[in-house]
Amino acid sequence: MSDTHAESVAYVRDTMLPESPPPAAETGVAKWMKQNLFATIPNSVLTVAAILVIYFLLAATLPWILNGIWNATSIRECREILDGATGGCFAVLSDRWNQLLFGFKYPSELYWRPALAFLLLFAAAAPVMFFKYLPSKLLLFTAIYPFLAFWLIWGGSILPPLILLIGFAAAYVAFKTMERKGFGIGVLSGLGVLIVAIILAGLFSESNVLALEAVASRDMGGFMLNMILGTVCVSLSIPIGIALALGRQSDMPIIKWICVVFIEFIRGVPLITLLFVANVVLAYFLPPGTTFDLIIRVIIMITAFASAYIAEVIRGGLAALPRGQYEAGDSLGLDYAQAMRLIILPQALKISIPGIVNVAVGLFKDTTLVSVISMFDLVGMIRGPILASTDWNGVYWELFGFAALLFFVVCYGVSQYSQWLERELNTDHR
Amino acid sequence: MTTITDPQQESFRPSMLLNDTRYRSYTFQFIALMVLIGIIAYLGYNLVLNLRAAGLNISYEFLGEPAGYDINQTLVEYTSRSSHLTAAIVGILNTLLVAFLACVTATIFGVIAGVLRLSNNWLVRKLMAGYVEAFRNVPVLIWIIIIFTIMTAVLPAPRAFRGEDADASMILGSVAFTNRGVYVPMPIWGPGSMVVVVTFILSIVGVFAYRAYAKKLLFDTGRLLPTGWPSLAILFVPSILMFFIMGQPISLDFPELGGFNFRGGLQIGAPLIALWFALSIYTGAFIAENVRAGILAVSKGQTEAAASLGLRPRRIMNLVILPQALRVIIPPLISQYLNITKNSSLAIAVGYADITATLGGITLNQTGRAIECVLLLMLFYLLISLGISAVMNVYNNAVRLKER
Repeated sequence: MSDTHAESVAYVRDTMLPESPPPAAETGVAKWMKQNLFATIPNSVLTVAAILVIYFLLAATLPWILNGIWNATSIRECREILDGATGGCFAVLSDRWNQLLFGFKYPSELYWRPALAFLLLFAAAAPVMFFKYLPSKLLLFTAIYPFLAFWLIWGGSILPPLILLIGFAAAYVAFKTMERKGFGIGVLSGLGVLIVAIILAGLFSESNVLALEAVASRDMGGFMLNMILGTVCVSLSIPIGIALALGRQSDMPIIKWICVVFIEFIRGVPLITLLFVANVVLAYFLPPGTTFDLIIRVIIMITAFASAYIAEVIRGGLAALPRGQYEAGDSLGLDYAQAMRLIILPQALKISIPGIVNVAVGLFKDTTLVSVISMFDLVGMIRGPILASTDWNGVYWELFGFAALLFFVVCYGVSQYSQWLERELNTDHR
Repeated sequence: MTTITDPQQESFRPSMLLNDTRYRSYTFQFIALMVLIGIIAYLGYNLVLNLRAAGLNISYEFLGEPAGYDINQTLVEYTSRSSHLTAAIVGILNTLLVAFLACVTATIFGVIAGVLRLSNNWLVRKLMAGYVEAFRNVPVLIWIIIIFTIMTAVLPAPRAFRGEDADASMILGSVAFTNRGVYVPMPIWGPGSMVVVVTFILSIVGVFAYRAYAKKLLFDTGRLLPTGWPSLAILFVPSILMFFIMGQPISLDFPELGGFNFRGGLQIGAPLIALWFALSIYTGAFIAENVRAGILAVSKGQTEAAASLGLRPRRIMNLVILPQALRVIIPPLISQYLNITKNSSLAIAVGYADITATLGGITLNQTGRAIECVLLLMLFYLLISLGISAVMNVYNNAVRLKER
């Protein structure tokens, strides 16, 4: 038996057969399409419907965009050039570009100043946004930026912003030196230095040292106004929101209830009513004879609005932390300020990032509401001076499309950044 | 040889107010209260000074005076001789109307888009992602204005419907989209129509009762009753029968072209349509994300467990996934409803006469009673918000996971 067996094996394959390719319907594009587009009959119907929708969208917009007119001085000229064909009259954008961005009152020879401030915004934001990849010394520029931007956009002497900057630095030093005697004393001394600096800055507001041509707040407009309101209010409302959230979590009933009432009141009313307050009511509550810039009143109200929402987001982050983290802070012997700063807030803020970004994006979109109280932001400019002019009366799509596109780019960019940041800060290695 | 003694009872010293944690919180609260009272007193003092300087006082008597302006779309009887109070009530009703309509349609858009975003069809998924991103990232004010512009500047004037080969035609001969608004047939409630309406409402109750019975039967005996066709039948058959028994009491008044405008029918103004549609499509994008998050929040193990019990896909959806997903979806959904109500205040941008436009707009400008008007306005929105969040708290407590 054994030898027949030996003879029966005439040939033993010692290499593997080459893999034969999978069937044509199971590879590449065909498989992908079968799985993702035509898996079942209802699925195929959906695909066809989706293709139809996309076709109609493109058929409606593509000729309009590709056939657009970029050089004309009025809508009539546009129509003459088009001669009945479909096409957008994008000339309104090139004709009114500066008005859309800067408003119609900002002196045209000074456009470089807000434009420069806008470019520097990226340099100032980068060290905060990409803190892992950029040296932390660049944060110094971020600290200087608000004062620089104020000086560039509003003009006037450099002294008030400079004094304020020095004041903030001095307040920080005072806080750091006095902090050894207690957190509260540190804060109080810092605040004291700051108030002195503000008074000093007020004294020098009329000086002419290194003075740029001053521009009044009421001359701000266009997308610049949206950017100013958005960045200022978001950056102010985050610290206030943190304070409100901590206040709401506090054990002290009076402080807790002050925060609860403030937050719930602000969240209960629409932003428009708060803008009405800024526009017509706030003046009644100020000392007689004081005139207060509308833009500052609006900033105050929008900041109050945003900080209430941010406070709720951060409260969620604080509540999501396990109880053990608080106890760990206590058992290490840290006082309240230390435990919050070193243990609780870094974790709570990390959890709250998506929510904070949501509020920030929502707030930036809400800055268009100022057009309702007759401020000329981007939407106000389009609805007011541009569409009302005889040259461009009737160019709706191009203008509103442009406004929508600008907001989309900013908001979508910010939300993409926040998703990247979330992955970046993700520390649970699973 | 040490003896443990009780720590000596310290007598109270003023410095303990700042250094002793037992007393420090009282100090802080006292300071906070004083600062708050100080600020309020300062603002109140300024208010009194300013009002005296302007020769004004705080009074709500203006609410009884005739308003003197017209409102184009009202739900209750209103003329320009009606009082400011009536105008405010008209505004409140209009706010509630547009908020209700937008809530319903936004939910429909949102649920469809949210479910389709999870479809295994790549193209549909991407299309819905495009919808959500496009509408979430552009201010709702811009959408409202764009749709209002379509309604007023792009749609044909009523005279375009005139003539043999008119430029525009009515859809199904009954709905006309014009730049003066949309004209739809208006139901006329004849005598006996109430019976039909009551029958219909009873049918709705009947559908719920039937479904509850079917579910109970399933749980008790395992017998499956069909729910789809019977529900439809219960919903419509009795009402239709009653409609003919009562001699067709409900008829439709169709809009007809006459003179320079349409006559008859129900005219829905462009501002209402713009606000309604823009709010629902904008909020729909947010609701879509909530729905998607809610469905994704139910772990895959639940689906697999249900499938291993032998449930069919539709029953898995109805009995396992949805009850758990709804617990996640509903709280953010209700806060989206709240957002719709608050965003409806943007009506003032397109001239829809909601409470912000009547009380906070024309009444405020005519009477100059800024403080009173804005205060009433805030009070109204606050009441709605607090009411809805109270309902939400009750709901959250009811559906909370019953844990040990």
